[in-house]
Amino acid sequence: MGSPIECTNLRKTYDGKVEAVRGVSLRIEPGQCFGLLGPNGAGKTTTIEILEGLLAPSSGEVRIFGHTWNDNPRQLREWIGISLQETRLSEKLSVRETIELFASFYSEPRPADEVLEELELTEKADSWVGKLSGGQKQRLAVATALVGNPRILFLDEPTTGLDPQSRRQLWDIVRVFQKKGGTVLLTTHYMDEAERLCDRLAIVDHGQIIAEGTPSDLIDRLGGHHVVEFRVDGRVGGRVDGKADGNSNGQETDAWRALPSVESVRSEDGTICLNVREPHLTIPALLAAVNQQGHQLEHLSTRQASLEDVFVNLTGRHLREN
Amino acid sequence: MATETTTPDTPKTPEPTPTTPKPGQPSRAVRHSGRWSGYRHLLWARILELKREPEVVFWVFIFPLLLAAGLGIAFRNKPADVTSVVVIAGDGAQKTLAMLQSSADRSSSNKRSSDKSSSNKSPSEKDSTIRATVLDRDAALNAFHVGKYDLAIEANSDGSYTYYYDPARPESVLSRAEIDAALQSAAGRKDALTTSAQSSSEPGSRYIDFLIPGLLGMNLMNSGMWGVGFALVEMRQRKLLKRFVATPMRRSDFLLALTSSRLVLMVIEVGLLLGFGVLVFHMRVQGWRSILSVIFLGMLGAVTFGGVGLLTACRAQKIESVSGLINLVMMPMWIFSGVFFSYDKFPAMAHPFIKALPLTALNDALRATIIEGASLGSQSGRLLVLAIWGGVSFILALRWFRWT
Repeated sequence: MGSPIECTNLRKTYDGKVEAVRGVSLRIEPGQCFGLLGPNGAGKTTTIEILEGLLAPSSGEVRIFGHTWNDNPRQLREWIGISLQETRLSEKLSVRETIELFASFYSEPRPADEVLEELELTEKADSWVGKLSGGQKQRLAVATALVGNPRILFLDEPTTGLDPQSRRQLWDIVRVFQKKGGTVLLTTHYMDEAERLCDRLAIVDHGQIIAEGTPSDLIDRLGGHHVVEFRVDGRVGGRVDGKADGNSNGQETDAWRALPSVESVRSEDGTICLNVREPHLTIPALLAAVNQQGHQLEHLSTRQASLEDVFVNLTGRHLREN
Repeated sequence: MATETTTPDTPKTPEPTPTTPKPGQPSRAVRHSGRWSGYRHLLWARILELKREPEVVFWVFIFPLLLAAGLGIAFRNKPADVTSVVVIAGDGAQKTLAMLQSSADRSSSNKRSSDKSSSNKSPSEKDSTIRATVLDRDAALNAFHVGKYDLAIEANSDGSYTYYYDPARPESVLSRAEIDAALQSAAGRKDALTTSAQSSSEPGSRYIDFLIPGLLGMNLMNSGMWGVGFALVEMRQRKLLKRFVATPMRRSDFLLALTSSRLVLMVIEVGLLLGFGVLVFHMRVQGWRSILSVIFLGMLGAVTFGGVGLLTACRAQKIESVSGLINLVMMPMWIFSGVFFSYDKFPAMAHPFIKALPLTALNDALRATIIEGASLGSQSGRLLVLAIWGGVSFILALRWFRWT
């Protein structure tokens, strides 16, 4: 039996014009939690729906446990559980009725009570779906995916719009599924979700995978695990007025790049961000340099590098552009 | 109702106690679903949803009853055989009134005497009467033109009479003949022939008897089109269809469940409306065989219009667009298929097209079985029309259906 999910060179073109997916290849190992991380509109949902067999790719091949979607779709559907980005389940059915309904489609479903308990929905079993909170609805959506006793769980933006507690609850559910040996593929635009939940990540932008690896791999590739952010008065930051003068900005960032232990530099609205291997070497040199130029520091902070930094470094944009 | 937890019986194999999953492997299944488990759950879910939707109960069950009650009462109480005429004021006006009066007296006394011999006359039946009013010329003609009176009579100075009537209005044409006969006989014309007439207003030939089968047909069409078409697009819009096809659910089970949920409702709809007709309007249904035939026709009609609804909704993405489509499809049938009045009023040239409409076939077959007690065999042509509409719609719908 092949690996749970494998695809090669997937492409999807809508209406002959819009290229939503432009050559995605993936291989996901059994028991892995794999994340597609990227901003909205990057092609994550199109990719996952092609893998789920809900969309036909314009070209490329998908294999689920070695089978294509044309071989035996019903059998493949028995093996996978899906939570779509947005499904409004029937509001006038109770939670239990909804789970029983979905269970009835599978040849070997799990008992509804077991799933209710696992997803902490037992108390709400007899409530109508329309009366549930956002977090409960999302757990129910995952429950309808888990009740078929799947080997692979597909989750498209599972925690978008949820409160922090509901998000953590969902993460726990995913971990429990994984512990039982299940394979997970999820999409997200939350870097913290990707970082905590996923064993392996593909960063997706404009329909392509621009980086792939474990979360720590990807951060390692930045060079430094730390980020030093600071702001100085005057024009040193380069982009005080919001518009960078390419030349002087380049010169300024070059100057900061020369500081000890700095791996890369970027500036954002007047704030300079340095990716740094060892902050204790960089910071004294930074203070000295600012002093020497006769400027004042307005702000200085250090933090651990995140996937957000990886994405910004790769694309020059943030995951969530406001 | 809010805590309804009934579920259809699931074919449960003896349920082993839930086993703790072995590490490194998804938990093993503990029960097996039968082939029709999905279908039964889908059907049951659909019925629960309908039951919990107050609007459905109103539109499907209550509204047709209100319609039948309203129309039935309106047309039952219409004094169809009162002739309302206006006499234009003038020298001869009073004399005209007197002549009409004397003629009316004579005819009603005749009728009364004949009543004694015929015992099977319903008390509600009224003798034909003439109601005459005198008005000024302008007022009289005006009132006639706006339809308040069926006929205007003017007594000319030379002793002749002029009738103002509207050949496009049947009651106007009738009253012209009636008034002429009344005046002529009052003036001394003798009937050359002796005639007698037997009037009939028994259950079976009244407007309500015509109306109830038509409403039944219309209701089957309405709820089939909306119940299947609208529900489908709503589910498509909510991405619920997409969620369903992401499971191993058989697509045919889903469509079958949606359509057969219509059958369950149909039995209630037909029962209510027919029961209402029988209890309130003393409709006569011709025996048990007729009731079975009606139920069969109801099933066929429900499935046919379910199919047409399926076809109408097979691609629409938005509720707004499917609402328009459904109305567009139903509009010709409301008008032409003889729900409220007989399609005989349309030119004979159009009849073949009208008869090819599914609602016409359904209404005609329902009327034949309910009123005349006709056998299903005699309706085979109409049944064929329904089956073709339903079958072709289903096949096309399946071919063009959009799940996502």
